[in-house]
Amino acid sequence: MAQKKGGKSAASDDPEELARTPLQAVLLADTFNLKFRPITLERPKVLLPLVNTPMIDYTLAWLESVGVEEVFLFCCAHAEQVKEYIGNSHWGQSHAGFSITTIESNFSMSAGDALRFIEGKNVIRGDFILITGDTISNMSLTEALQAHKDRRKKDPDTVMTMFVKRSKPMPLTHQTRLGNDEIMMAIDPETKQLLYYEDRFDCSKRAVTLDKSLLADNASLYLRTDLEDCCIDICSPEVLTIFLDNFDYQHLRRHFVKGLLHDDIMGKKIYTHEIDSSYTARVDNYRSYDTISKDIIQRWSFPLVPDVLYAGNRAQMRLQREGIYKAPDVTLSPSVRIGAFTAIGSGTIIGENSSVSNSVIGELCTIGRNVSIDGCYIWDSVTIEDGCRLSHSIVCDGVHLHTGATLEPGVILSFKVEVGQNITVPAYSKVSLLPQPSKQDSDEELEYADTNSGIIDSPSIASISPANIEHDHVSSFDTEQSVLLEGGLSGVGYIWTSCETGNEEEWRYSVAPIPVEKLKEFYAKMFDEDESSSDGEQTGITHSGELISESKSTDFDDSDGEYKGDVSKFEKEVEETFERALGGVAEENVQLEINSLRMSFNVTHAECAGAVFQSVIKSAIIASNSSKSNLLKATIDAIERSKGLLSYFITNVDEEIEVILKFEEMCMEITREFAPIFSSVLHQLYDKEVITEDAILKWESEKADADESDKVFVKQSEAFLKVFSHLNFSTGVSVLQRLYGAMTSLKLL
Amino acid sequence: MPDVSDFILKLQRRRIEGSHATARQTAELLRSVISQTRMPYTNQAAALLDAVRAVGEQLIAANPVELAVGNIVRRVLHIIREEDLSSSAVSFEGLMISEKSDDEDDADHKGGPVLSAAAVAAAARSTLRPRSLQTLLEDGPLPAAPSKSSSAGDSEGKSKSDKSAVGKRLKHSVIEAINLLIEEIDDCYEDISEQAVEHIHQNEVILTLGRSKTVKEFLYAAKQKNRSFRVFVAEGAPRYQGHVLAKELIQKGLETTVITDSAIFAMISRVNMVIVGAHAIMANGGVIAPVGMNMLALAAQRHAVPFVVVAGSHKLCPLYPHNPEVLLNELKSPSDLIDFGEFSDCMDFGAHGGAPLMHVVNPTFDYVPPNLVSLFITDTGGHNAAHMYKLIADYYSADDLVIKRKSTSSN
Repeated sequence: MAQKKGGKSAASDDPEELARTPLQAVLLADTFNLKFRPITLERPKVLLPLVNTPMIDYTLAWLESVGVEEVFLFCCAHAEQVKEYIGNSHWGQSHAGFSITTIESNFSMSAGDALRFIEGKNVIRGDFILITGDTISNMSLTEALQAHKDRRKKDPDTVMTMFVKRSKPMPLTHQTRLGNDEIMMAIDPETKQLLYYEDRFDCSKRAVTLDKSLLADNASLYLRTDLEDCCIDICSPEVLTIFLDNFDYQHLRRHFVKGLLHDDIMGKKIYTHEIDSSYTARVDNYRSYDTISKDIIQRWSFPLVPDVLYAGNRAQMRLQREGIYKAPDVTLSPSVRIGAFTAIGSGTIIGENSSVSNSVIGELCTIGRNVSIDGCYIWDSVTIEDGCRLSHSIVCDGVHLHTGATLEPGVILSFKVEVGQNITVPAYSKVSLLPQPSKQDSDEELEYADTNSGIIDSPSIASISPANIEHDHVSSFDTEQSVLLEGGLSGVGYIWTSCETGNEEEWRYSVAPIPVEKLKEFYAKMFDEDESSSDGEQTGITHSGELISESKSTDFDDSDGEYKGDVSKFEKEVEETFERALGGVAEENVQLEINSLRMSFNVTHAECAGAVFQSVIKSAIIASNSSKSNLLKATIDAIERSKGLLSYFITNVDEEIEVILKFEEMCMEITREFAPIFSSVLHQLYDKEVITEDAILKWESEKADADESDKVFVKQSEAFLKVFSHLNFSTGVSVLQRLYGAMTSLKLL
Repeated sequence: MPDVSDFILKLQRRRIEGSHATARQTAELLRSVISQTRMPYTNQAAALLDAVRAVGEQLIAANPVELAVGNIVRRVLHIIREEDLSSSAVSFEGLMISEKSDDEDDADHKGGPVLSAAAVAAAARSTLRPRSLQTLLEDGPLPAAPSKSSSAGDSEGKSKSDKSAVGKRLKHSVIEAINLLIEEIDDCYEDISEQAVEHIHQNEVILTLGRSKTVKEFLYAAKQKNRSFRVFVAEGAPRYQGHVLAKELIQKGLETTVITDSAIFAMISRVNMVIVGAHAIMANGGVIAPVGMNMLALAAQRHAVPFVVVAGSHKLCPLYPHNPEVLLNELKSPSDLIDFGEFSDCMDFGAHGGAPLMHVVNPTFDYVPPNLVSLFITDTGGHNAAHMYKLIADYYSADDLVIKRKSTSSN
């Protein structure tokens, strides 16, 4: 049993203790979410095996390796199980590298509650490490800890150092390797201070809204989407007080971090520490469970790898060629094929002609003949009979698969589920012996209810058959339906409907790789978006996986001639409308009129913006009475006058670029008198906030590859552009690329 | 015992680096284990052997790749056996020795306990071991040793009536012998580098790979004897310890050239001798050494350049290598080669069944077969690879090759 340390905290008042506070860590052995349901109904997440070792062992081993002296283990759901595990493991013994104290609270519903509870215990005396029990890391802490302490000395308002690591999100699905959503962070490049944090940022909008003061107060800042939150923080004791003061803070990131960043009054600061070479990851969902398992097998987490991290009471796995980990007492039939990057735990028996690849198999499993297992995580004491096929699934302790059962990708079988003969469990289904809680709101309570009392009665047997699976939701599952199907094929367990994300999003967080069709779909969508430049009309996507954009582009070619004619006609109409506007028609009406014109001619927003701009310039020519000296002034006046109109039609970068291109085209063809003053007008447009620097830079980089003749105007605006390249402004990779493009084009000139 | 579990944890977490440090700490730990062992009245040696074996088994399991742990455990077991034998052997003679010699012995103990212990150990070795060629040569100039040993053992014989005193005596002499072993481990650099002048000649070009402290001291010693020679250092990817070595060598005024590992074959024709360190020397004369060594050894063989391995005797392992590339190797984290950030950038995790296409393998050791090694230089002198098993027989007793106890399982 873990030792209680109530007495010691009281003794902390003497000066020696205060002079050198031991490094403390708060380990939250509960994640306060439901992503690992239904497994977490029966066992706490931190005790789930990750490559045959409970996750919490990795976390504790790391804490020990970085020299933490006191660990406060906060348990909530299944506290008894966690305490029992710690008590029996060597962590609870006196010779472990640190003392471990369990703090139990059955009422905490969130990380915020937990920290408030710990605050109440009055045990934290100095800077502490805040970590959840499902984090795997091998990084060194000394540097970051020292930096944190130095910053604290300089500025007592520093409350937290967050660890981040580089990890590019996948452009198609906007999620990282670990299945987390893309995070947008703004970081001061000098001080590494975190200025902005957004984890639910809408990537479809392709825009981010920053507080203006953010740009005003900081000389430079990096906006980055290629960072991943490690979920390890060095916190000052103030963090607990802040949580106490703001009793509505629940989530560590969504409430606490964002709250501090948005609240200027408190003036508390959060810093980041970027790690690069060492490994840190948190098991947050099934996809990260899969990815991290693979990383561990590939030894990124060294020395926390299966053949080194040693729990002590069983035969240790040894690493063999091709990344195969095998315990010495595994019984394999000679005809078994073991593929690369597989781990097989002690006491497991595998029968003839079976094949295992990319999988982790736990201890004391019995696997029959002709079984194929690919990409699966099979925990302890699982029985798989002959001829089963499993792919990309998680199979918990004590599961029994009868002959010929098939698990499709993404299946989760919770503890002791049985799957009957020749039954196929459809993709992404979650099966548990416990029924799904019918009311979503009561989920939390159920998680904390003691599962020991959850005796499963025999009537809760539900049959799994390919026929009824598609339609049945568990809430409507009753004992009536649990009649054995013909031929006596049966199973035991409830199928859960997905509670949080809905079936559509299931693939995103599953253990199974993203299906090819989905990727194709995303690819098509992205292609489509680029094609119809932000028209917002992506409804015509079929689910066949065919590349739709191809067919669309052929349509485009056919109607090309007609289309061109339409545009020029449209431009004429817009011009006329604009002239009327000069004559005194109210601006709103003009807007309405132009809008309806746009719709009737079916032209894009960008073309419309271009047309409006053309009209403005033309009106300037008329006003200047074709005298060249007056031209610039007249243009400025015209822009100033119709600023409202322009800003109404020019709303995003693509439209801005269209305007610049239009202007360039005009200077070359229709209104040659503008050519000499091109750059001054561009400057005016920028000053009047009609065009943003983004658009100008993009325009420039687009022109970078053009012929020399096309670059006349780029050259002319060179001086103006240089100003931008001096701005240390970066919005992740894309802007960096743009800047890079801008630089190279400048060099070319 | 807290020390033991602490040390086991350190070994498990790979927090002790290098066989020298491991060997030394293992010896110190076993010394404290022995001093804490309660001695029964009968069969004391067996009790000590059991205690050491029990700890040793755990230590070896904690890091099976670090062979120095097992070496030292076996050395200590061997010491206990020898001390036990010598005490029982001399107890018969003890009666014949006069009181006076006993006093002398005591004075000896006060004046130079280490010397006396050394004598005991040397004597024990010479009297009780089957005489190998090596021991014959070794003991030639030391005829005085056995007589001393008998006097040392005499007091044991005399106090035989008091059994606890005998127990203390055995324990004491074992601890003395372990102290000697620790000293030997500490002194191995000196003993080896003394021989440097015999091997390194004027204007030679020496090639080494990675960073070995033994090699460094060896080269220093030659330099101190005013030999002028040049050193090529292969950088030893992926940890680039060769860079560190090169910087250390130029501090001592050695002319040093750093080359990449991949340039070894191109440079080897200009080299007179290859001198490298080792992680462990196996019983067949094969060498477990930092990665890249096999390539270097093959290159040396191709150009008939002598390939010399310098290693302290604590690196001598009595085991024969079986599948050494896998079983005696350790795959470290790929982050030595590629930053994890870079690795995660090139992941297309959706495709190919979710398995990453890029694998990074970072083995720590290479196995160099015995036929590629021209000469071993240990603290006892130069040896041929084929002669290694003889040398090993001097240090270990055959009963200790398997440490694992049969029936009882640990934990």
